[in-house]
Order: sequence, then structure tokens, then C-alpha cells
Amino acid sequence: MIEVKELSKTYGDKPVVNNVSVNIQKGKITSFIGPNGAGKSTLLSAVSRLIKYDIGNIDIDHQSISQWKNRELSKKMAILKQANNITVRLTVRELVSFGRFPYSQGNLTSEDIDHINEAIAFMELENLENQYLDELSGGQKQRAHIAMVIAQDTDYILLDEPLNNLDMKHAVQIMKVLRRLVDELGKTVVIVIHDINFASFYSDYIVALKEGEIINQGPVDDIIEESSLKEIYDMDIPIKQLDRCKVCVYFG
Amino acid sequence: MHNRTKLVILGILSLGLIAIFLFSNLDEHWGYVLPRRAMKIFAIVLTGSAIAFSTVIFQTVTNNRILTPSIIGLDSLYLLIQTGLIFLFGSTHSLMNQYVNFFISVGLMIVFALLLYHFLFKREGENIYFLLLVGLIFGTFFNSLSEFMQVLIDPNEFQVVQDQMFASFNNVNTDLFYISLIGMAVTTLYFLKFAKFLDVLSLGKDQAINLGVDYDHIVRHIFIIVAILISIATVLVGPITFLGLLVANVAYEFLKTYRHRVLILGAILVSIIALVGGQLIVERVFTFSTTISVIINFAGGVYFIYLLLRESRA
Repeated sequence: MIEVKELSKTYGDKPVVNNVSVNIQKGKITSFIGPNGAGKSTLLSAVSRLIKYDIGNIDIDHQSISQWKNRELSKKMAILKQANNITVRLTVRELVSFGRFPYSQGNLTSEDIDHINEAIAFMELENLENQYLDELSGGQKQRAHIAMVIAQDTDYILLDEPLNNLDMKHAVQIMKVLRRLVDELGKTVVIVIHDINFASFYSDYIVALKEGEIINQGPVDDIIEESSLKEIYDMDIPIKQLDRCKVCVYFG
Repeated sequence: MHNRTKLVILGILSLGLIAIFLFSNLDEHWGYVLPRRAMKIFAIVLTGSAIAFSTVIFQTVTNNRILTPSIIGLDSLYLLIQTGLIFLFGSTHSLMNQYVNFFISVGLMIVFALLLYHFLFKREGENIYFLLLVGLIFGTFFNSLSEFMQVLIDPNEFQVVQDQMFASFNNVNTDLFYISLIGMAVTTLYFLKFAKFLDVLSLGKDQAINLGVDYDHIVRHIFIIVAILISIATVLVGPITFLGLLVANVAYEFLKTYRHRVLILGAILVSIIALVGGQLIVERVFTFSTTISVIINFAGGVYFIYLLLRESRA
């Protein structure tokens, strides 16, 4: 379990995350939603130790993040940021192989190679594995990065806006993969996401942030609800029931 | 072409140039000529390797391929130290003893690099352009200070400063050569501890942290290593770090890999080829009427403009 306790982070004078406490349950997809500038990405970056926080504490499996050894933590938790500007030229397979660095420190064993092959197969990248990343489409590139995270074989997978710039087909494909990671492999997935319908369809638990604070959190059905969404986004969002799922009609 | 083949070609080319340099135009005085040429070659290989090696790892850590350690002002600082020592103590003072001078110069350059590192890299949201700008401003500041002192000192003393202003392999100091060799060997051994992290560092800071690299610790140590290598190379032959930009980028283009084991070796070989080739041109074509840094800076400058033009198009 990831426990965030009274976490605050300030850039200059501006508090971006303000006294946030949240527990992230194992074996679930948790979505962070909220308007731009709500502090979702900052919270995710702090949890994944990419940025330092000012006040508060983060426990990962009952151990404070500051006490984890870097290498051990990287076998426990993986983070994928939205901007993946890798300057070096890599093939898909080379990128996925980097996911094994916490285990092999660069010298791949046959066990590492098995993990790499599994990750590539899981993301259905077999016929692209020797292509260079800069030759791939946005959706294929995102799949390659997720394959790397899978090869890293961590309990926790954190993704910052994994659907950014993807079309409907690829966005659905990525969300289905995340669902499979949770349902088939027992991973815990945390995502920052803007499209509340994707959050509604695919996640188990939603944490809503606004102006650096948690404004609401709970199981999907409690959050995807007209009064709660009005509070989060300051707009009226009618919700229609479609079979088992709720669809937010936020266009007009 | 396989990368191993490419490295072998570079190796053969550099050995060939070294052989031409050593054995061409040998006359009956070979017993006198050969050891002097060999010394020169050793110095070239040593400094060329140090510069190529440190530029590649510096560019990996900063994730930027048009940055060289000289752009952050290390070259200018070296000139300032040399001018300052002569300005304050005169060229005959005991501080001008080559060993003392060596340690003062190397020490100050390392201290400066570390200050710059702490000042810039430790801040959150660090920005590479800010580092570049501050480095350039420091460089200009050091240059102006040096120039100011140069116009004040005795013209004879200025001759001594001027000797230090251009890189030259023509009068490599044998005594300093051995200290430098030891210094570089120790630094390289120390580097081996961090070698395995370079490939991961080239993915960028976030990915490196994600993959369990103790980023701040390792970047700080690599920065120290770069500072030591550049300082020693500069003190040994003079300011020539522009060479690093040239050879590192030629190596990236030629080898097209992210693996530092290959890249570093390739850059070192390219560096040796460029320096030995350049020195051959200086000695046999221009018959010492120019210095190697002029040739390197010319070739490097042209290549730099090409890089900028290509980057702006992409």
C-alpha cells in the first residue's frame, strides 16, 4: 500500500500540493482527476521520488520513501512520465531492456531476457521490436514505454497522463492493458488522467484534486456523480447510465 | 557495418597516423628524433583521450550534445590563473615552478567546476540553458580579467603568458607528463565504479531515477571526474577542449549507438586521429607556422555551425 500523509509541496510561494493525505490500495487502478493545475502530476512525481516534497511523508509498503534504497525501490515501483523525450536513438527492444536495469545493472541474464520477451509479447510489440522509437507512431511509442515498465516487474506502476495525444482506439488499447495488468498480473496502477469517462470505465478508485487539495475520493460510483463533478470542475456535467457504466456528457 | 568493425577501422587509422608521425622522414639522427616524437605522441594520446572521454560523459550527464566542458568557462579560467600568477608574482617567482603551477591550476579549476555544479545543479528545476549562460558569462568575465592584467604586465612577461594561450604539443613537459598520467589513470579507475550508469543516465533524469540510479550522487561524482580530466589536459597542453565537441559528435554520428562502452572508445580513437592528423599538418604542411589549436578550432567551429543549422531544421 502507498500511504501519503499530510504532504505539501510549494514552488516559490505557490503551494501546488497542500496537506494531501491519501491511501492507494493494492490491486486496484486508482485515477487522479481534476482540473489543470490541481497538483495531480506533482503528487504523482512526489510519490515516485522524482521531485522532493517539503512537508509530510510517503510510506510504500509501510516503509518511508526516504528509507528505501534506490535500487530496491526501483524493483517495487515504476513511473512513466508524460514527456518521454529520450535523446538517444533506441530500438523498442533496447528500450524495454532498460527496464531490467534495477536487476541486472546492465548485464542481462537469461532471466532478464525472459522478462523482456514477456513484456514485448504482453504489449504485442513482437513485429516492431527492432524498429527505432523515432520511427513509431504515438500509440506504438507509448506501448513500448509501457512494455519497459512491465519488464521492470514492479508491484506499483505510476503513469502520468498515459493517454496524452492518443486517438480513441489507442487510448482504449492502453486502458485495457492497464486493466489486464491489474486483473491478470495483480499489479497496482495509479494514473493521472483528464478524460473522466476513461476514469469512470476503467478505474476502481478515484481521487479528485483541486487547487492542490483533495476535494473528494472514493470508489468510482461515488465520484462520478453530478454534484461531486460540479464541485471538482465547476461545471454541470449530466451523467447517463449506459449498461453498467456511467457516461459523463460534458460537451455542452 | 557492425560497430566492432567500425572501431577496428578507427583503431587501424589512428595506429597508421601514429606510425607515419613517428617514422616518416627519419634520417641518420633517428636516435635523437624518435624519442622526442614518441613523447609528443604519448602526450597527444593522453590529452586526446582525456578530452574525448570527459566530453562524452559530460554530454551524457547534461543530456545535451552541443555542450562541452569548455563552454562552462574552464578554458578561460585556466588562462586567468596563468595570467594572474604572472601578474602577481612575475614569471621567475617560485610559484611559477611547474609542479606548483600544475597543482594550483588543476585545483582551482576543479573547485570552480564544483562551485558551478553546486550553484546550478542542486537547484530544483535546473535548467541547462541557465548553466550555459552562467558559464558563458563567467568565461567572458575571466577573459576580460586576463586581458586587463595582460595589458598591464611587462611585455616580456606577456610573452610567457602568450605561450600558455595556445595549445601546443611542441614543448610537452616530460615531468608534468608523468604526474598527469598518474592523475588520469587514478581518475579513470575511480570512474569505473560509475561506468555502468552512463547508458541509463542518457535516458534522462526521470528515467534514471525510475530505474534506481542515485542520480544526484552519481552526477556529482561524474562532474568531479570531468573537471579533473579537463583540468589536467588543459594544464598539460593548453586550452583545447573545443576538440571534445568535435570528436564526441563525430563518434555519435559514426557509431550510432547509445552504448557508452563503444561511444567512449570511438570518441577516443577519433580524438587521436584528429590530433595526430592535425599535428602532422602543423609540422609537415605548415612547418610550424600555425598551432594545432587554430586548426582544431577552425574545424570544430565549422562543425558547430553545421550542428546548429541541422538542429534548427529538425
